[in-house]
Amino acid sequence: MIEFKHVVKSYGDKVILHDLNFTIEDGQFVCLIGKSGCGKTTTLKSINQLIPIDSGKILIDGNDVSQANKAELRRHIGYVIQQIGLFPNMTVAENIQVVPRLLKYDDQQCQEITDRMLGLVHMESYADAYPSELSGGQQQRIGVLRALAANPPIVLMDEPFGALDPLTRDDLQDEIKNIQQQLNKTIVFVTHDMNEALKLADVIIFMDQGQIVQMGTPEEFLRNPANDLVREFLGKHIVDQTTPTKVEDFMRTNPITVKRTRGIHECAELMARRSIDSLIVVDNQKHYIGTVTVADIMHYGRTVQTIEPLIQNTARTVQIGEDAKDSFEYLLSTNADYVIVLHPDQTIAGIITKTSVAQSVAKNLWGEEE
Amino acid sequence: MSALWSTYGDMLLAAIRTHLYYVVISVAIGFVIGALLGILLSRVPQISKIVMPILSVFQTIPGLAFIGIMYMWIGMRPLTVIIALATYAIFPVLKNTYTGILEVPDQYVEAARGCGMTRFQILWKVELPLASASIYAGLRMSTIYTVSWAVLAAMIGLGGLGDFIYQGTTSNNNTLILLGAIPAAILALLLGALIDWFQRRHTPRGMRKEVRR
Repeated sequence: MIEFKHVVKSYGDKVILHDLNFTIEDGQFVCLIGKSGCGKTTTLKSINQLIPIDSGKILIDGNDVSQANKAELRRHIGYVIQQIGLFPNMTVAENIQVVPRLLKYDDQQCQEITDRMLGLVHMESYADAYPSELSGGQQQRIGVLRALAANPPIVLMDEPFGALDPLTRDDLQDEIKNIQQQLNKTIVFVTHDMNEALKLADVIIFMDQGQIVQMGTPEEFLRNPANDLVREFLGKHIVDQTTPTKVEDFMRTNPITVKRTRGIHECAELMARRSIDSLIVVDNQKHYIGTVTVADIMHYGRTVQTIEPLIQNTARTVQIGEDAKDSFEYLLSTNADYVIVLHPDQTIAGIITKTSVAQSVAKNLWGEEE
Repeated sequence: MSALWSTYGDMLLAAIRTHLYYVVISVAIGFVIGALLGILLSRVPQISKIVMPILSVFQTIPGLAFIGIMYMWIGMRPLTVIIALATYAIFPVLKNTYTGILEVPDQYVEAARGCGMTRFQILWKVELPLASASIYAGLRMSTIYTVSWAVLAAMIGLGGLGDFIYQGTTSNNNTLILLGAIPAAILALLLGALIDWFQRRHTPRGMRKEVRR
């Protein structure tokens, strides 16, 4: 259990941590999140005393960390940083063994630890490689193993996956969550990425200007964001009190439009290129006029120069703010491919297609995609 | 050539031996002192920002003047030469040790602290190994400089390859000058190569790319 009691830290006049109070239970995955400069990293580094606090107390299992020998304390708390920081003069195995060696484990123990650790991430064959011979993702896997090697109950991670490409990051997130649950670690994890926090955390602590704005489970955050800043961080993840029902919630914006004076061939070519079978026609002020279909162009294309004579006004249009349900029913019950959504001034806002219907069904079934 | 060898051969070998002796002893002493001072200064970068420029000014005092002063003070003894050469050998090592340590990227020191290393362990296991390329470069520089400065030993009559050069300049004999200068140059190259070889042997594979940079 990690307890913060009235923790204060400032640099000169600038207050970084402002009377911080919270408790982290054993075995929890806790994400500290907030804007840069909100004090999340300072909070993290005060736990292993890399940054000493001005006043207040930080207790680990009831023991005040400021009373402990710093080096000794850190050997029992894992630490992973964004820049990875594997020692380039040591092999992968030697890096993993750093803390066990500091704790004076014997050779055989160190060897066993190395094997077991590398097994966790299926990198057994890399024991004798040097960090410079590994990819970024592999390096950070070893960075995590180095932190776990001496089996510390607590692991601190400072934006560990921030510098990795999205796919690798996703893999490592899965692995660390897995390892955390498997080994039952308490992990304190700093991030500025709400996706990451929602995916990994049991408890999220949202900080702003050195204070906790909100602390709770991802579910609580999604249901009940404490203020606008939290809401902004949650962004598209937010579950609105009223589930989206309006046409604008489902429409695809930026449909392909053409002016009425365009030539036949130009339009036919455009449709072929974008693999669509009709175009929305607008006037010079971008007001909706009608549609033109590939079938009509094929039929009458030889007799006319521009698409103007071929414009039809049969497509269904709706105004922004209308209920999407009617449009969905229309799409499903007729052969129409789309419904055109218009702004009040008759300019094009977007279109609703059968794909939009499918997405909304998917969303209701499985929640928001990433 | 063979005539030259029969005349000067023994003398030349003796001179090389003396020269080498001065260089090895002086560089060894200079290296130890320079590395220690460099490490100490790297602990207090604020103070070092003032100290380093002063030391580098000292480095510009001509070797000739310094050896002269030492001669008046200590007399015509090998010790005079060794003190003078060792003093000059300190600075390149000191400077490279100091900057090498300061240039170790923060992430490694931070990771080492986070792992629970003591200050000494961080120095020994992380900072010095990562600064080693720079320290080797300082050692190489010191050695090569010292080979040429050791020529000055002859000025106060203490032998080495400088003997040939001085005799050559005073008697206007170019052959003698070359007889001193060429072995000195070869000696500098050989010692430099020896240090390179040693460095390659002792640099872990994972860091060799950085060294080549």
